[in-house]
Amino acid sequence: MSYELVLFTIVTASTPFLLAALGELVTERAGVLNLGVEGMMAMGAACGFAAAITFDSNAIGVLVGMLAGMLTAAVFALAVLGFAANQVGCGLALTIFGLGVAGMIGNRFVGLRRIQIAPTEIPFLSDIPFIGKALFSHDIFVYVSIILTVLVAWFLSRTRLGLMLRSVGENHVSAQALGLPVRRIRLGAILFGGACSGLAGVYLSLVYTGFWAANITASKGWIAVLLVVFAAWRPVWLVVGAYIFGAASVLQLHAQAAQLGIPSQLLSSVPYVVTIVVLVILAWVHGRNAGGPGSLGNPYITDR
Amino acid sequence: MITRRALATLAGACAMALAASSGVSAEEKLKVGFIYIGPIGDYGYSYQHNEGRKALEKALGDKVETTYVEGVSEADAERPIEQLARTGHKLIFTNSFGFMEATLKVAKKYPNVKFEHATGYKRAANVATYAARFYEGRYIQGQIAAKMSKTGIIGYLAAFPIPECVAGINAYMLGAQSVRPDIKLKVVWANTWYDPAKEADAAKALFDQNVDVITQHTDSPAPLQTAEARGKFGFGQASDMEQFAPKAQLTALVNDWSEYYIERTKLVLDGKWTSTDTWDGLDKKMIVMSPYKNMPDDVKKMAEETEAAIASHKLKPFKCPVLDQSGKEVECKGEGTLSDEQILGMNFYVKGIEDKLPQ
Amino acid sequence: MRLELSPRANITPLMRLAAPIAALVLAFAIAAIVIAFYGKSPLQAFDVYIVGSLSDSWALQELLVKATPLILIAIGLSYCFRSNLWNIGAEGQFVIGGLFGGWIAIATHGGEWSLVWPYVLLVGAVAGAVYGFIPAILKVRFGANEILTSLMLVNIAQLFLDYMVRGPLKDPKGMNFPQSVTFEDAALLPKVFGSDRVHFGLILAIIVVLITMVIVSRSIFGYRLRITGDAPKAASFAGFSSKTTTIIVFCISGALAGLAGASEVAGQIGQLQPTISPGYGFSAVTVAFLGRLHPVGIVLSALVLAMVMIGGENAQIMLKLPLDLTTAFQGLLLLIVLSADALVSYKFRIVRGRRG
Repeated sequence: MSYELVLFTIVTASTPFLLAALGELVTERAGVLNLGVEGMMAMGAACGFAAAITFDSNAIGVLVGMLAGMLTAAVFALAVLGFAANQVGCGLALTIFGLGVAGMIGNRFVGLRRIQIAPTEIPFLSDIPFIGKALFSHDIFVYVSIILTVLVAWFLSRTRLGLMLRSVGENHVSAQALGLPVRRIRLGAILFGGACSGLAGVYLSLVYTGFWAANITASKGWIAVLLVVFAAWRPVWLVVGAYIFGAASVLQLHAQAAQLGIPSQLLSSVPYVVTIVVLVILAWVHGRNAGGPGSLGNPYITDR
Repeated sequence: MITRRALATLAGACAMALAASSGVSAEEKLKVGFIYIGPIGDYGYSYQHNEGRKALEKALGDKVETTYVEGVSEADAERPIEQLARTGHKLIFTNSFGFMEATLKVAKKYPNVKFEHATGYKRAANVATYAARFYEGRYIQGQIAAKMSKTGIIGYLAAFPIPECVAGINAYMLGAQSVRPDIKLKVVWANTWYDPAKEADAAKALFDQNVDVITQHTDSPAPLQTAEARGKFGFGQASDMEQFAPKAQLTALVNDWSEYYIERTKLVLDGKWTSTDTWDGLDKKMIVMSPYKNMPDDVKKMAEETEAAIASHKLKPFKCPVLDQSGKEVECKGEGTLSDEQILGMNFYVKGIEDKLPQ
Repeated sequence: MRLELSPRANITPLMRLAAPIAALVLAFAIAAIVIAFYGKSPLQAFDVYIVGSLSDSWALQELLVKATPLILIAIGLSYCFRSNLWNIGAEGQFVIGGLFGGWIAIATHGGEWSLVWPYVLLVGAVAGAVYGFIPAILKVRFGANEILTSLMLVNIAQLFLDYMVRGPLKDPKGMNFPQSVTFEDAALLPKVFGSDRVHFGLILAIIVVLITMVIVSRSIFGYRLRITGDAPKAASFAGFSSKTTTIIVFCISGALAGLAGASEVAGQIGQLQPTISPGYGFSAVTVAFLGRLHPVGIVLSALVLAMVMIGGENAQIMLKLPLDLTTAFQGLLLLIVLSADALVSYKFRIVRGRRG
């Protein structure tokens, strides 16, 4: 068995989770809970694929996929920022809406195929034995996801805007009192989340498979939402969570192929069990302060 | 953008609605209903049934009107089936095993409506069953796989441990053994019919464990594509998936429900419909092997000969003796072959498969 | 310029009622344009979605059957959500309730039992409560976030059901297909109101709604929930342990979801199979919020959601609209209804100023 290839598979399997979760993390740090990741991902996957086929260009496909994610997120933003509607309810509704519209758009492209975006090998680094192939010969999105993680971490902790975003998320009443543009910051965060989810969707339809079909997202958006919680809203831990989940998902399939005689349902539940167990251990070790941003999920209204 | 055409349609449609409500009815067409487990956009099982429905509309033109409901949950199927019956559909096809009890319940209430349930085994005076002998195609695939494999290990990506999948795995193995007795088989259960990313990962897992030819009993083209990307081989599932993997697809096991749907509808139109149990395969072209490609001529010739032999009933994939994993001979309840009932309810692995069947 | 929202002081019941109706009208107006593009009549769509569901007795019965599990689960969830605890895993508790309740029905199959269904329900509720207890105890003991644990437990529950139905609980005479025996009459919930579809689960739902109304408005426990949610510090001053509250509400919520699962299995499906829920546990989250966590609101929103779901199906049958369109419409409708609801709750003011 080729361990390099297994490691390689784990990295690609984890990337869509990481991409979508990064966007959701920023959205949540601004105090908005958007449960519609699955819907935004589906939109990204469908529109990105449709555009790539229509214009015969992957770049346009990626761009359109991200825009589609943002546009879907904008619908959500209108409801929760403009009308202060319930975020949990709107997120679930957005999932349904996104899956439906994505299906409508994608239907004309069912059965079409586009050659997957190929990996690029980084010279020299990809020749390192054992880890070289697994870490340095990926498609560009894998590197983007890692760079984006670093950027998001830096943005949140080191920039003025990041600080503003976090204070808006912690307590929008005092943020408002400080004169911060609460709604604008949140709008930006929601749109960023949409773009990331769209990108994750594009990853599924243009890199992972090269086609569109209904339900291509298969609940991956929900996993992304959970990973944000798992990471206790810290970008670096997101990588850990995404890779643990990705690894468990891939390795359970290997365990099956290795013919250990364990019921497949039991093995299929391994990623979920592992995630819960790791979360419990982390929460236990870190104590109880792993709560989310203070204003998470609360509508922004002027209290008077 | 609202165009003039759309507005015209709007007005026209409103007029139509009024006409309909005032009791002007169109000429009597036979209304045929379909209940699909998946969305028709899955490019797999339900897509293929819908292709059959389209063929029916094309063939019988203005004699029939067809309706379908897609994405019906097995947990809540009784209402949509009954709604079809209530709205004047006289022939209703339900395409998944899990619709069995719901179909029977509704059929009891509507004795004048004919029901057709795919892949089930319970019938009634107005409920017929139909299924395809997919295992026949698996036998051919097994032979090809064994010939094409360099490592001597072939793979099977299955959805759920149901008899249909198990029979497919066994037929694949028996076919492979018939040309290469020492062949090894690895099985991975995806626990889903449809999840392209997971299916691709499962295929990768098989390839990473030295498998070099896979077949799949899940719906998406993703595993086949993975084979293409890795320079290995695979087989298309449900539809011809050549465009997804021009270099990797050896052949595809294509479901074709068109003939059956047309034939059964004609019987209703002629008033000759009876409740039957149909289980057809290569003979009636309910399953079709797409052109054999990417293989040497001798392998192709072997595959074609096997296909002809199965279609003419000269070759039975489960011809006796069939040995189970322990090497014990399985009781032979058919004539020189396992009986249909044994194949339909198969829950053992044949000799040579080293995995344990999930029970 | 910026937008400012502040809570409205007095909201009349008329406004509360008018908002969703206005939202429905708006959603249908948007849908009408799209439907016209598909070459279908918007008028007919309205007929299929609304008039069709409310005008004949068969459709009304189906509406009640579909709303029953939604009401039961959403009421349970309202206990959690009131105290700001996020049980998103009702689907899993539903599945476990259905599985263990169904197990009783299967275990007694072929025996001389005259009355099994009450036990089916009881065991289903207990099993659901136990499954709801897991995320609660993980939260209070280890501080593990309940959103994650409860949602992950959904997948585990579904796989467990899948395993049981394909293995130990499958019908021995069922040709090895993944399904249990069909339950005997003693294990099936009785039908009510002379219907052949509406089952005892509806009566349970009504009872649960009534009890919840009393608890929420009249009892110390209801006060405790509110205060734990709104002001956790004040709650602990008042001597309410937030840990105990967490465990109690998760168990209530799990029990009701489990009850819904058992009643669906023994009332509607009549056997165990790999799929026993078309996502009721998730739809119920929307129902709970749409109903503003109030028992009566939940009943109404469950009926509306059931109507939209069935309407989508009927639109496929009678108008031949694709599933995707009806799904998108359902999402849009919910978004608009939720927004309209907020419109009633808050005053909108455009303020001149830089911030916003």
